[in-house]
Amino acid sequence: MTPGLHHYLIVSALLFSLGLLGVVARRNLFVIFMGLELMLNAANLALVAFSRYHNNLNGQVMVFFIITVAAAEVAVGLALLVALYRKRQTAHVEDLTSLKL
Amino acid sequence: MPQFTDLLFYALAGLTLLFGFLTVLNPLSRSPVTSAMFLVLTIISMAGLFVLLHAFFLAAVQVLVYAGAVMVVFLFVIMLLDLKEDERRHFNKVAVGLGGLSALAIAGSLVASVVKSVPVSATAGRMAEGDTKALGRLLFESHVLPFEILSVLLLVAMVGAILITKKDLR
Repeated sequence: MTPGLHHYLIVSALLFSLGLLGVVARRNLFVIFMGLELMLNAANLALVAFSRYHNNLNGQVMVFFIITVAAAEVAVGLALLVALYRKRQTAHVEDLTSLKL
Repeated sequence: MPQFTDLLFYALAGLTLLFGFLTVLNPLSRSPVTSAMFLVLTIISMAGLFVLLHAFFLAAVQVLVYAGAVMVVFLFVIMLLDLKEDERRHFNKVAVGLGGLSALAIAGSLVASVVKSVPVSATAGRMAEGDTKALGRLLFESHVLPFEILSVLLLVAMVGAILITKKDLR
């Protein structure tokens, strides 16, 4: 069966849920961050597929912008993790409960 | 007789999902370094999917920026922080169970809505070629303002990252 738009969208949806699984199930901040990256990439795949099947290149421009913003996000996020590790010596969400009552 | 590109789609899609799963829940290793390496593989197989969608420029950007720059920063920080202690912890069974349930729910609703709303004949009609020249024209003509704002954003992120990781903030 020739893959069409819905094939790509289903792959994108499954990849998004995998990213969500990483964010919800894992306790390591780095893996949670990687789950976020997976979700961003799933959205990118959906945008590129729409762009191809609707004959509109604006989707690809949007993906280009998303990739750039994701790079900036990773830089700042990892800087925050380094600062956190310096203060608390952990990258594990179960050790970071000082806001808990 | 299925065409070669069709088989390629199924192979790359399967690899993307498999590597994505191994990124988030690898049964053999809890090390973030393993996760990062599998994320690199996920991104590279996704670049293959971009090539199948004729988005050649984005495939190159995906490999260069994501698999190259972003993941190197990731690995650099992970190895800098030396997270030995985390590997001894087990998966939280409740979290994995509830997370799997919520991920299944999201996947089910997304796939159901895709199947219901996207016409199967969506392959018909002219298809956009991911022509790099056309993309560049679009980027520098009608999207030039967001493009410039993005460069400012990168500068802000760079300054912010340096400032946040400084030892004594004052």
